[in-house]
Amino acid sequence: MTTADLGMPVSGLQNVPPLPDDAPRQAKRDFTSDQEVRWCPGCGDYVILAAVQSFLPELGLRRENIVFVSGIGCSSRFPYYLDTYGMHSIHGRAPAIATGLATSRPDLSVWVVTGDGDALSIGGNHLIHALRRNVNMTILLFNNQIYGLTKGQYSPTSRPGTVTKSSPLGSVDSPFNPVSLALGAEATFVARAMESDRAELKEILKAAAEHRGTALVEIYQNCPIFNDGAFEVLKDRSQQEARIVRLRSGEAITVGAEDDRKVLVRQGSGVMKFIAEEQAETGEKGAVVVHDPTLDDPSQAFQLSRLDTPDMTHVPMGIFRQVARPTYDDLVRSQVDGAVTAAGGPATDEDLTALLRGRDTWTVG
Amino acid sequence: MTSRTVQTLDRVVIRFAGDSGDGMQLTGDRFTSETAAMGNDLSTLPNFPAEIRAPQGTLPGVSSFQLHFADHDVLTPGDAPDVLVAMNPAALKANLPDLPRGATLIANTDEFSARNLAKVGYPANPLEDGSLESWHVHPVALTSITVEALAEFGGLTRKEKERAKNMFALGLLSWMYTRPTTGTEAFLEKKFGGQPEILAANLAALRAGWNYGETTEDFASTFVVNPAPMPPGTYRNVTGNTALALGLVAASHRTGRPLVLGSYPITPASDILHALSGMKRHGVTTIQAEDEIAGIGIALGAAYGGSIGVTTTSGPGIALKSETIGLAVSLELPLVVVDIQRGGPSTGLPTKTEQADLLQVMFGRNGESPVPVLAAQTPADCFDMALEAVRVATAYRTPVVLLSDGYLANGSEPWAVPETADLPAMAVDLAAEPNATDDAGEPVFRPYLRDPATLARPWAVPGTPGLEHRIGGIEKADVTGDISYDPDNHDRMVRLRQAKVDGVVVPDLEVDDPTGEAKVLVLGWGSTYGPIAAAARVVRNAGHAVARAHLRHLNPFPANLGAVLARYDRVVVPEMNTGQLAMLLRARYLVDVRSYTSVRGLPFTTVELADAVSTTLEEVS
Repeated sequence: MTTADLGMPVSGLQNVPPLPDDAPRQAKRDFTSDQEVRWCPGCGDYVILAAVQSFLPELGLRRENIVFVSGIGCSSRFPYYLDTYGMHSIHGRAPAIATGLATSRPDLSVWVVTGDGDALSIGGNHLIHALRRNVNMTILLFNNQIYGLTKGQYSPTSRPGTVTKSSPLGSVDSPFNPVSLALGAEATFVARAMESDRAELKEILKAAAEHRGTALVEIYQNCPIFNDGAFEVLKDRSQQEARIVRLRSGEAITVGAEDDRKVLVRQGSGVMKFIAEEQAETGEKGAVVVHDPTLDDPSQAFQLSRLDTPDMTHVPMGIFRQVARPTYDDLVRSQVDGAVTAAGGPATDEDLTALLRGRDTWTVG
Repeated sequence: MTSRTVQTLDRVVIRFAGDSGDGMQLTGDRFTSETAAMGNDLSTLPNFPAEIRAPQGTLPGVSSFQLHFADHDVLTPGDAPDVLVAMNPAALKANLPDLPRGATLIANTDEFSARNLAKVGYPANPLEDGSLESWHVHPVALTSITVEALAEFGGLTRKEKERAKNMFALGLLSWMYTRPTTGTEAFLEKKFGGQPEILAANLAALRAGWNYGETTEDFASTFVVNPAPMPPGTYRNVTGNTALALGLVAASHRTGRPLVLGSYPITPASDILHALSGMKRHGVTTIQAEDEIAGIGIALGAAYGGSIGVTTTSGPGIALKSETIGLAVSLELPLVVVDIQRGGPSTGLPTKTEQADLLQVMFGRNGESPVPVLAAQTPADCFDMALEAVRVATAYRTPVVLLSDGYLANGSEPWAVPETADLPAMAVDLAAEPNATDDAGEPVFRPYLRDPATLARPWAVPGTPGLEHRIGGIEKADVTGDISYDPDNHDRMVRLRQAKVDGVVVPDLEVDDPTGEAKVLVLGWGSTYGPIAAAARVVRNAGHAVARAHLRHLNPFPANLGAVLARYDRVVVPEMNTGQLAMLLRARYLVDVRSYTSVRGLPFTTVELADAVSTTLEEVS
């Protein structure tokens, strides 16, 4: 699904110059830098990197107009491996830096790469404010439920009871659900994907890039060293069908294989519940929930985000919310451009002199 | 009309004092504008509490505005007022200790009720118990006369009428000192254009104040202070914060790069954010950030994209921005960090002035993290130093800290407004093409290949084809900018960054030593410029020789500073901290400087500095 399908007026790439028609076709190698990739063997970040490198040509943009900004953590090494412009900044601050860049440069496709510790712990404030402002950028949040680069402490998304170096008796922290958090922060685009499902990931990346506003994509990513197998039940073919809830716009929300399919209904009290498909057909146990990420009211999307439990009985994947709202950077620029236009164009030397003099001057000599 | 004399004075210091809600800052501002229009030189000192409205009539709620104007050049807002306007007992009690015996006191008798007197601990009414007989007291029923003068305004409540009493006071003082009120009338028309009755009432109160002076017999004379000789030019009155905002816009204009301010509200820096947010017509983008860290992050992101990135704050904000300043040191991108210093530590004295962030901005970061540091010396100098900060930042691709303080920020003085064409040229070169060739002879871009003269690296902004590169806070290999943990490379990069900042070209320090015979040098920085210059004048008028110099560049120091220090038997360094510049000078030049310090949240008085200098002069005579 694309923003055009939703009848949205403007793409997130609206002001970013496209490749000329006669330019050679871009390939994955065009977005691969000459730097040696230094993640641990088996890290999920490799899979995401490959997916992004092979996806970027689909945008049809000039490499020089793409910028990746990251914070600190394993995931934040990402920009070094992409042959675009990139900045590896400081812990948690990438959304703020990207806000300054995206607001001042509408001709850029701005991406933030962050992790669960970077985005939700030290950088939580910047994340929620970027989402509420709706700055035109795409945030890829790699969630491995652990601090990797500092060698294995529990993170703000670790499940309760997680035993780590800093929680030998099990973590007593209550985790964030990143999707719920983003929806609560007035996000206009929120999605979740699995690192291992490349086709789905690329589809979501494309929708996110084309969304005008802040798009948050949570990507479940395995850390083979400090939290191996955190998402194994979702990757295990024998279990994934019973657990992964695929969100598809306009369709009923179901889980399970064909012979054991359950359908999500909303009961009279408003509570959502999965019931057997044949029971759902009668309508007696509640109205079948049809997914609509474009609903202005985020309540249904939020309810869907709460289907996700720490034991991963049911985990929704896909686009939770995708709505149009004026972006902060467009509004800021329209105020500045409007003032410049109303004054007859860019300030001349005389205009500056008039500004410096102000209203109250006197002359000597 | 009574006949009265007209006296000519060479200088006057007036202090308006009242409750926070009495409009004293506005009254002071308007009197200042009228005085500037008269062609006097002047200097102002607003002094107000951090609380927006402390309990009415209490000492913590007292707000004041002091103005020094003269027929000659004015260096400070004046040590002590010649005239105190006290709008209530609290204002009298808080300010009387500063009022020299024999000075004039105008008191609003209406507010000297038993209740208000009790609030501030006056056992009896000082206007009536004889305790003020050493001063010229003019009791004026300011509130009730104002209300009476506005009797015809049926649509206004008594409270609304009372609120115009500051305009009555302004009218009275304007009459006393022969100031025109046309500027204030125009100001009120703009301010209350949409509320015709309020406008008319304020104008009526202003006129009533003037007429009161003219008709009452209480005032034996009016005063004239003739214009001060000033170089030809077009002048305006300007506060430090306004001048700083204008300087940033002028720098953007001269560099041809858009200005992006990322800022979080903080006293006493917020007025720069307010001013710049109203200058969109000049292509200025202001982003009010979610916190101090985001403020500088936004500025840095904009700088990466080719804008003039600026963040404005005060000391507590600098503490929060430190990590990002360090990132900017590593990225070697231009960035301007403005610190309007206030009393610290912690929240400290938010509305009072201090110079205690010097060591914080010099050293308050992890690792070897040198940044150029500049300091403005007068309100108008904030304009020049804002331009200089942008020059250094863009020429050397470095974060620059510009120090001002609460005294400069809110204080004002006349400023000879420059013509745009006379401002320094500030061309900025963005990298446009590869700057090296690789082993195969192919053109490549090396993001950390430096300009041999400035050691600045290229400013290559996203959107430039062929220059795609990655930068970050991890140590980078010299020239290529790739990640490097190599020990020798780190040592080299640390020294290169230091050498770049050490090599920033700054003007030589100018010494003011009229006789050339001085044995004592008074060296200052920042807002102590006025008090030091005034103190030197006092000492010289008493027949002594003293030299004076003022640092506007604190890192790097001017190249001749060591030689200047060596020329004098004694170096006195007055600072509104406990000796921060003194520590730097001792460390750098092994000079046994004399630190003279005060951290009272107020600027030095001329008298105390003159005494300090005289004491040192006696030692060497």
